[in-house]
Parts: sequence; C-alpha cells; structure tokens
Amino acid sequence: MAVNSRSSGGEASPAFELKAAGFTLPIIRLLDGNMEAVAEQLGVKVEQAPDFFRNTPVVIDLTVYPDGAGEVEFPSLVGLLRGYGMIPFGVRGGTKAQNVAAEGMELAILGDAFIRSPKPAGAAANQPVGGGADPGAGGQDPGHGSTINGTLVTRPVRSGQRVYAAGGDLSVIASVSSGAEVMADGNIHCYGPLRGRALAGARGNTEARIFCSDLQAELVSVAGHYRVSENIPADLRGVPVQVYLDQKILRIEKI
Amino acid sequence: MARIIVITSGKGGVGKTTTAAALAMGLAQRGSRTAVIDFDVGLRNLDLIMGCERRVVYDFVNVINHEANLNQALIRDKRCDNLYVLPASQTRDKDALTKEGVGRVLDELSQGFDFIVCDSPAGIEHGATMAMYYADDAVVVTNPEVSSVRDSDRMLGILASKSRRAEANEEPIREFLLLTRYDAARVDNGEMLSVKDVQDILSLNLLGVIPESKAVLNASNAGVPVILDRESDAGLAYGDAVGRYLGEDLPHRFVNAEKKGFFSRLFGG
Repeated sequence: MAVNSRSSGGEASPAFELKAAGFTLPIIRLLDGNMEAVAEQLGVKVEQAPDFFRNTPVVIDLTVYPDGAGEVEFPSLVGLLRGYGMIPFGVRGGTKAQNVAAEGMELAILGDAFIRSPKPAGAAANQPVGGGADPGAGGQDPGHGSTINGTLVTRPVRSGQRVYAAGGDLSVIASVSSGAEVMADGNIHCYGPLRGRALAGARGNTEARIFCSDLQAELVSVAGHYRVSENIPADLRGVPVQVYLDQKILRIEKI
Repeated sequence: MARIIVITSGKGGVGKTTTAAALAMGLAQRGSRTAVIDFDVGLRNLDLIMGCERRVVYDFVNVINHEANLNQALIRDKRCDNLYVLPASQTRDKDALTKEGVGRVLDELSQGFDFIVCDSPAGIEHGATMAMYYADDAVVVTNPEVSSVRDSDRMLGILASKSRRAEANEEPIREFLLLTRYDAARVDNGEMLSVKDVQDILSLNLLGVIPESKAVLNASNAGVPVILDRESDAGLAYGDAVGRYLGEDLPHRFVNAEKKGFFSRLFGG
C-alpha cells in the first residue's frame, strides 16, 4: 500500500511514501495498580540490563489488569517509564475509561485487532505479514513481520552448552552434541547432525519450525509442544526433516 | 614461554595420569625441559605413576601458599634430567587451589621450562577447571565407550567457554583427542566404538590411539611411565603420540586388529 503524496498540480516528485511495517517491541503488562511496587520492581530489571531499556519504545498492556485494582495512574506510570529511559507510546487492552485516560497522556490506543487470540495455524498464515498499520504487536509474534536478527553458529555445540537466539532464527552449520540445547524464538535450521535438544518458538511462536538435515535429537519442541526421541519413528532419523505445529499437534515430516 | 598442556577428560579412570606421565617423559626424552604437575589435590597419584612417591617433601599447595618455593617442591626424575614432577597435596582439599596462585606458579615455571603438562583430576569441578584454565593445548583422553565420549564432549564445551583464552577472546585452546584402551578386535566385532564413531561425535584432531595393554598396569606397579616400555604396544603408541604432538606425520598403528597367520594360531602366541 503505497500512497504517493503529490500536490494537486501533479508535477512535484513524491516527498514521502506511506507503507506498513512490523516491529517487535516490548510490552509492559500491568498486573497491579500499585505504582510504587511497579517502580521498585522495574528498577531492579532496568539495573540488570540498562541498555535494553534506554530509548526503547514500549506499549502498556492492560489486558490482564485486575478489575478491582482501581484506576491506572497513567501520569505516574508514564513518568516512571520515561524516568527509566523508555518511550511509552501506546496502550492496548484497556477499558473505555482507561483508553480515555490514556489519550489524555497522548498515548496511542492500539485496538483489539492487535490482541493475539489463539487461532488455528492455517488462519494465522493467511494474515498478511505485517499487513495494515501494525506498529507494535508487542513482541509476541517474532516469526511474523521482520526477523531482523538471526543467529549463526559455526562451531559444534558441545554437550552442556546452550545457545538461545532471542527474537529471531537460529542457524547451526555444525553438529549439536547430545546433551546440548539449541533454542530460538523463531525457526531453527540445523545443517549438521542434531543430537541434542531443539526448542523452536521458545516464547510461544506456534509458527516456528525446526529444519534439520540429520535428525537424531533427544527432544524437539515447538512453542512448548514437544516429543522425545523415543517417540520419533526410526524412518525419520538421519534424514532431512522439518518439525512444525499443526493445530497444536507436533508434526515431523521428511523434507 | 612454556607451552601449557592439560590432560583432561571429564570421565574418571580413562588414563589421564598414565598419559600425563607418558607424554611428559616422551617430551623430556626428546630434549625439552618438561614439568608435570598433579592437580588432583587429595587424591594424588601422579607421584606413584612416576615412581617418586618416596621423595615428596613439599607439594603444589605448599608452593601456592608460599610455604615452600618451587625449587624445594619440584622432584627431578632419576631417569631423565629434563623432567621434573610437582606433586599434589594429599592432606588438603581442592579449595586450596586458587586461580591467582595457580597462575603465579605456572608463570614461574614458564621461565625455566619448555612444556608444562597438567594432569587434571576427573570431573568438571574446581580441580579440573583450575587445571585447564591456563592451558594452551588440551589432550582430551577418551575411552571408546559411550559415557566417556559424552563426558569428553562436555569437557570440550567447558574448555571452549571457561578457559583464560576463551574469556580473553584469544586464539582458542588447541584440542587433541587421545583414544585409550582401544581394542581393535572388539571394534571389528562391532562391540566397541571405532575411531570413526568417536570422531563423528567429537570431531577433533586425533593425537593417537593407545591400545588396551597389560603393560599399563605393569608400568604403574613399577612406577615407570609406560612410554619407557619400548616392547609394549602402548609404549610405542605413546611414543607416536608425542611425535604427532611435535608435528611429525605418523600413521596410526594398533588401530586394526592383527590378522594371525596360520602358524601363529597353530602354535599359539
């Protein structure tokens, strides 16, 4: 969807284009109305990784905010988030009253369309990737939109080692030893013998898949649905396979 | 500057001390000034294998704690002038080893020696991590047996992440595989993992294959490093391993089962 803005005269070259883009951003899911507790606990987290939070756009998520917790003190909340260096720019999942209060703080209201509801894998695949104005699906679907970062591992992953590709895919072009763990929020591609554990969609992305050229894994899992080696048929071992989730059932098929 | 070699494995009882004694003696016999240190505090046995258990006055922990200096603790081998042994303490425990203390002793040894062989204890705990922390080369001793291979794999992961070279992002430790207690006949029968099977899992430079041999027990009983037993297959295999470590290109002997001829089978032997 590109709209070229032109003056009515029609001869000026376009000064901008309107496009859609998807971003993976953190959400602050509020569980309590006590701003002091929020401030204190958030302070601890920020201290652990200050660079992660500095200048980071965040969305305030009110989907599970308890009804009896009173009003959300938006001025305090926005103030304390800004104090930690974050840039709160939107709210989602709030009630009408909460949305009005949020608008008073100049926060965008990200509507219900952006709340992720459990969909069968087929329907989700039909959604346009990053379609519409989707300025922050809150880091829940890292498989959709842009996987900006992918992690590449070139040396063997030894027993006891753990590799985690946060927010993206993992590609391994060496062997993964028995007793090692490879994890990714996105897909896992393994070109050497996969003998350890592979966990794709580690933060719940049900679209994630595991692709391997030689499956000898102890355990494979997509978004928490797993299968151990004993339950993998012998004809699927040692050949190129893909592991994916089909309506919450883990499927392992030859490529 | 000395080259620090750690003999490690993860699994216990695979032949680390036997290998440390043999490699150190082999390097010393070829003319390099070599020190071999026992890092197994509390369960020392390098002094037994080297045959100097009756000459131990001061030990590694004494030197770390400044209770003795290096010259008082090092024991010169009677068979080879270039070889010195630094025994472990038997009465203390492994907490007596500190990173700074070990580093200081290794620095001091580096001044006067070409090679420092560190005999690591089994496991992946403090004693083993202290032994491998300052290493430049690692010989991972493995039996062709599933649990030994897995433990060696774990140790390789630790070498790649917890050594000084890994922490300082320097060139990584050079890793070598030494396969010990190899029985070629059982491999041919399909009872034992072959060199190829082990290499499939570990993918390392193969330093040598030491065959299962009665000579090893005889050597440790006598307090003689098995490399000095030149009539035994194990002794010869260790000799080859030393050569390969120093860069020579030697074929691997003792990997294939000997085919007994008709007459040797008829007349025994």
